[in-house]
Amino acid sequence: MKNGFVIFLAAFAVLLVSWCAFVLAPQLQLGGAKQVAVLNSSDVYPVNRPGEAAQGLQIYRANGCAACHTEQVQQEGVACDVVLTAAGKNPAAVSNLISTLQLTGLTEQRAENVAGKITAAGGKVETHIIASGADISRGWGLRHSVAEDFLYDNPVQLGSVRVGPDLAGVGARLPDANWQLLHLYAPRAVVKNSAMPPFRYLFETKKIGDTPSPDAIKLPEGFAPPAGCEVVPTGDAKKLVAYLLSLHADVPLYDAPFTPPQISTNVPAR
Amino acid sequence: MTVNDISIKQIDASCRVPLLVLFGGAAFWLVVSSLLAFVASHTFHMPEKFGDCSWLTYGHVQPAADDALLYGFCIPAGLGVMLWIFARLGQVPFRSALVPVVAAHLWHLGVLVGLVGFIAGDSTGFAWLEFPRGGSALLFFAYLLLGLWALMNFSGRRESGLFPSHWFLLAALFWFPWIYSTANILLVGWPVRGVVQAVIAWWFGSNLVFLWTSLVGIGTAFYFLPKFSARPLQTYFYALFAFWTLLIFGSMRGVPAGAPVPAWLPSLCALNSLLLIGPALALAVIGWKTVAGAAGQECKGGSFCMIKFGFVAFVLSSLMLIAGACPQISRVTQFTWFGVAQTQLQLYGFFTITMFGAIYYILPRVVGIEFAFPKLIRVQHWCAMLGLVILVVSLAVGGLVQGIKLQNPDNTFAGVTNAVLPFLRVSTLGLLFLLIANLLFALNIFAMILAWKWSVARAVFAAVTAPLEKSEVKA
Repeated sequence: MKNGFVIFLAAFAVLLVSWCAFVLAPQLQLGGAKQVAVLNSSDVYPVNRPGEAAQGLQIYRANGCAACHTEQVQQEGVACDVVLTAAGKNPAAVSNLISTLQLTGLTEQRAENVAGKITAAGGKVETHIIASGADISRGWGLRHSVAEDFLYDNPVQLGSVRVGPDLAGVGARLPDANWQLLHLYAPRAVVKNSAMPPFRYLFETKKIGDTPSPDAIKLPEGFAPPAGCEVVPTGDAKKLVAYLLSLHADVPLYDAPFTPPQISTNVPAR
Repeated sequence: MTVNDISIKQIDASCRVPLLVLFGGAAFWLVVSSLLAFVASHTFHMPEKFGDCSWLTYGHVQPAADDALLYGFCIPAGLGVMLWIFARLGQVPFRSALVPVVAAHLWHLGVLVGLVGFIAGDSTGFAWLEFPRGGSALLFFAYLLLGLWALMNFSGRRESGLFPSHWFLLAALFWFPWIYSTANILLVGWPVRGVVQAVIAWWFGSNLVFLWTSLVGIGTAFYFLPKFSARPLQTYFYALFAFWTLLIFGSMRGVPAGAPVPAWLPSLCALNSLLLIGPALALAVIGWKTVAGAAGQECKGGSFCMIKFGFVAFVLSSLMLIAGACPQISRVTQFTWFGVAQTQLQLYGFFTITMFGAIYYILPRVVGIEFAFPKLIRVQHWCAMLGLVILVVSLAVGGLVQGIKLQNPDNTFAGVTNAVLPFLRVSTLGLLFLLIANLLFALNIFAMILAWKWSVARAVFAAVTAPLEKSEVKA
């Protein structure tokens, strides 16, 4: 390679290919993405975050929250559970049959097979799809994160390091706004030995006036402000919490199916 | 003094002012970067400490430290070394040297505007691209000005041959404006929708942090290693292979496994990352065959030592990157400190230390003054190596512990964090050594700038106060 122009042209060609693959192609594939149908429902997903939550995304961005938190739940696979909903006319036979069968943690084909056998014996069954993986067992989400979850976000804050826990489903996991505010003001007041820095600058400590502020947060011993003072969240803190509570990627989609649990899902975060 | 000798002196002298501006600013930002990283690391010892100050929160200070290292030190230092190598290899002095001086000032101003805006909360929200618009625009135009001027100077070279150094440096010179403008236009100016943003941000980040630094660092090493070991680069064809494979595979990666994007993107990126084994091995062979057993200079803790160390760090950093792309390993290491360790090894262990070696060689020749504290160069080298090893090993091992523990959902997240904290606390010690090393580096650079300014002032003073020659005195 003795000619500078040849190097320039060839490097240009490589960069052009790279640009087409990682800028143009994703834009062509996803740039026109629309809302998609929620499985077994007439709803569409996603919907715009409510105004305060959308503003909260900007607080999340401005404070560099993504330096420590990801919003990408990982999933290793799915398993199927066969659940008996009605025993039918011959409960004894169905019960005998069930005792010989494995009903949980099946592949899709096995589940179909088992469901067929029970149905043949007269029972009625439902097949539940359960996403599996360490993140999901930890309660961070019900399924893996997908492109649709971020359709209306600008900027998209996926993060890259889990210094703190994943937040893709934090709104479903910890839906109490007061808990979130308290956690922002003094993480160690609610999570023992938390490594998260406090965000006291998003709050105001002020003298209690004629009437205490209805917004003032209730702080435990050791974190409370001096007597006669109260801690009131600023607008930014409220917006940030609204954004956090809007993070609950918990609807089943075609590319991330699962059966929503019937019982309450408020499993404490681990 | 031979004719050739004079022209080398002229070439070096013509680089003086632009390089002093580029390297002086770079040394300043390097110290700023390690101060910021040191402050950010305090969060792991006393998370309560900076709760009242938004400027000092971890989410501001840590990315600011990374940006100050990349935009403040790596790019201007790389450009300065690149310009000097072009001038030396092309046997051509700088012409209209005011242009690069203006561009270098603009660049450093852009870093200042960007960093202040970012720490004040006006971040774009994308890793490695946090600087707000004003800063980014300044950086872009400064680079364009410098790049176009470099090409103009390059096209006027007297020695028309092209060396392997040229390939790597020319490709890098041309790479940055394209990726930087794409990222800023499509992420900040007129943002694309949804996760396409994330894909472009990853593409940009990997092209800048891995590919750009690799091209410039290796281009520099390909100039200095043969020079110090007094033996031609071994061999041309290995270098040709390494160049093209690095360019092709290195430019098409960045999307992590498991990202919420169409599956072909992470798969393609993992494949290309694995294929980087080709250039990594080829470069290891080139480095080994060029240096081992050569009759050239001894290492002695100077420039040669640093560039050799940087080259080894590059091979190790590439191997870490390749390992992290294997599906079995990436399942454990993704989202952990392992990736941070790799980035630090690439940016500091490889690139920054290679630049140290080059700058220590170039500056005395260009300015015509020896360093004020030559003994500190060795101390600095040892501090930097020690700090780097502590930093990278603690983060990498901490990352592996974190990843393995996160695999088991029975480990609570708080428990995992507590298991990783000791490693992060050790990494603060590494950052402290790096801070000392960077201060020593800046001390020598600033002392040289002062000595040069003093000599200029003295020359001016002497010229002004010199007695008039007899012929000028009226009879």
